[in-house]
Amino acid sequence: MKHREGVPDIDYLYPGHLACPGCGAAIAMKFALKALGPKTMVVLPASCWGIIAGAYPQTGLKVPVMHTAFATAGAAASGLRAALDIKGDTETTVLAWAGDGGTFDIGFQSLSGAAERGEDFIYACYDNEAYMNTGVQRSSSTPYGMRTATTPGTSWKRTRKKNIVEALAAHRIPYAATASIAYPEDMIRKFVRARSVKGGVRFIHILASCPAGWRIPSESAVKVTRLAVLSNLFPLYEVKDGLHYTLNMEGNRPVRPYIRMQGRFSHLTEEEIERIQEMVDSDWALLKEKANCKQISIK
Amino acid sequence: MIRILEGNHAVSEAVRLARVQVISAYPITPQTHIVETLSEYCADGKMNARFLCVESEHSAMGAAIAAAMGGARTFTATSSHGLAYMHELLHWSTGARLPIVMAEVNRAMGPGWNIWTDQTDSLSQRDTGWIQLYCEDGQEVLDTTVSAFRLAETVNLPVMIVLDAFYLSHTFEPVDVPEQGSVDRFLPPFSPRFAMDTENPANFGELVPPGLYMEMRRNIQLAMESVPGCFSAIEEEFFFQFGRRYGPVECWMCDDAEVIMVVSGTITGTCRQVVGDLRGRGEKAGLMKIKMFRPFPAREIRNAFNPNQKLAVVDRNFSFGAGGIFAQELKAVLYQAPDRPRVFEYIAGLGGRDVTPKTLETIYRMTKEQDTPKMESVWIDLNVVDEGI
Ligand SMILES: Cc1ncc(C[n+]2csc(CCOP(=O)(O)OP(=O)(O)O)c2C)c(N)n1
Ligand SMILES: [Mg+2]
Repeated sequence: MKHREGVPDIDYLYPGHLACPGCGAAIAMKFALKALGPKTMVVLPASCWGIIAGAYPQTGLKVPVMHTAFATAGAAASGLRAALDIKGDTETTVLAWAGDGGTFDIGFQSLSGAAERGEDFIYACYDNEAYMNTGVQRSSSTPYGMRTATTPGTSWKRTRKKNIVEALAAHRIPYAATASIAYPEDMIRKFVRARSVKGGVRFIHILASCPAGWRIPSESAVKVTRLAVLSNLFPLYEVKDGLHYTLNMEGNRPVRPYIRMQGRFSHLTEEEIERIQEMVDSDWALLKEKANCKQISIK
Repeated sequence: MIRILEGNHAVSEAVRLARVQVISAYPITPQTHIVETLSEYCADGKMNARFLCVESEHSAMGAAIAAAMGGARTFTATSSHGLAYMHELLHWSTGARLPIVMAEVNRAMGPGWNIWTDQTDSLSQRDTGWIQLYCEDGQEVLDTTVSAFRLAETVNLPVMIVLDAFYLSHTFEPVDVPEQGSVDRFLPPFSPRFAMDTENPANFGELVPPGLYMEMRRNIQLAMESVPGCFSAIEEEFFFQFGRRYGPVECWMCDDAEVIMVVSGTITGTCRQVVGDLRGRGEKAGLMKIKMFRPFPAREIRNAFNPNQKLAVVDRNFSFGAGGIFAQELKAVLYQAPDRPRVFEYIAGLGGRDVTPKTLETIYRMTKEQDTPKMESVWIDLNVVDEGI
């Protein structure tokens, strides 16, 4: 493989892991571990990654993995951290690695608890916008307009995607960021940053396409997430201490090509796409406003 | 040193003496005093441990599991709704073969809300693969908690120490609290059979296909089968060090007894009094205390009775549509015995209702006067019940 500046050559995924072709979640893990290195322990709640990591007696990763029950990523990472600390190992990084279901829904409580307690670990959510492992059912991360197995036919999802980064920023965690598999250098920089920041949970929200669930060809997996960034639908940004926003780039494309290239949105009319464009524009304007506030002060 | 301790504090003292390294817990009456004391010990340096104030019991066990996977000696405590809330993770801790120790204060399940003692909460968890040890008094609570870490770490299974709400959790009694040095001699530092290790990366708890799963379950059962033997060996050492032992079951005045009261938890203390009084009046009464509920000590129980005896099982718990849970278990192990005693089943003391000496004597009399047991369990001391369903 060609060397790329800012992307370490060493890989912590074994070939033969169990991800589907084009799986954005597998690409995301690859970059995350390149950034974090071998002194990392991974906590994996139920999700596609629960499968991707391999079946007994094999493993798909070159770092230790601990599978946990679906709702427990935040709690389990806390417990593992506590054990390492009491044994005097403050060097190892604990990485909780959960899907959107395990983060936005069933695992939200334990994540919120850990964030409030100021636990010392990195929590990464690879977001494929549905429960993919169980066959594409909606989660609270599923965007407006998507068809899933539980929002089928004309009952496609009418509510918005939960804004998880804002929810975490509201906990005043030291570091929250978004990342995309289409921007590896940016993602790696953010994981390196997350490893060095102390004083609480560091949260990284990664848009990770799922060819099967998004109904796209596997070779479009990276391209589609790039379009999400370039249309400001999934902006790349960082929040320090829940207060200080940094926008990493600004897109200038309409959302239409992003929507139109995916089978999961194929039923949407041009008016619906216009609605989505309006949502994206207003969200982006709000985010820019926050980024401009140097300090949020109480009057 | 003899100290006057509440049952809950007997747990806390034992956890301190066991040099537990990670505690994660969520408060619920009547367990709170256990974890409040422990959080104090962690705060003021009496214990070198991390105390995680998690946001739910599900997370309490989730964190305990991960801490044990990280190689730390780990403890939690809960009760009733908290235990039910942990259910998924009770299975997980067994499957992951983690020697977590938990104190569980028996409390009734709602609705209606009831904070008083009732064993249905812990007994509902009988199929999760946790070792369950029921206690009669504060001394037994302390001794069992210290031993539980030895047992758990020997067989790689989690252990639940069970104590009655209020009658034990909040009752002050003299308890001999051993010196740290002697506990250290009895309980060496935790050396896990396996743990998360970046030098030796492994994949714990991963996907296991049908061709392998059953063997892993069988392996857990083999560990369970080794528990009575291990427990006796550990108790032997404990006795040598501290002069006390309890046994998985205890028989008192059983040899020539006509009616044997089968009890657990704090009812045992009352029952000792009653059986002693009955003996004083020439009655042939006996007592069997069941301490170990999981694994159910089948051999010890089968060998304890002769076929002419009657057993009066007092259950402070109930499985709807079936019966008292100790009675069910007892009947199951006796069924395969060539000659077996008759089992009379009684339900008493649910939701903290007092089980008085009079209650137990009534049970004794009823059993003595009947020849054959009823099909259903008999509910004792019932007030008027609404018959409408
Ligand atoms: C308590 C519990 N409920 C339900 C499930 C079934 N389940 C396993 S993975 C999953 C969906 C995971 O979705 P997400 O977190 O988005 O990860 P993805 O599969 O999309 O990678 C569900 C519902 C479970 N394992 N545990
Ligand atoms: Mg998902």
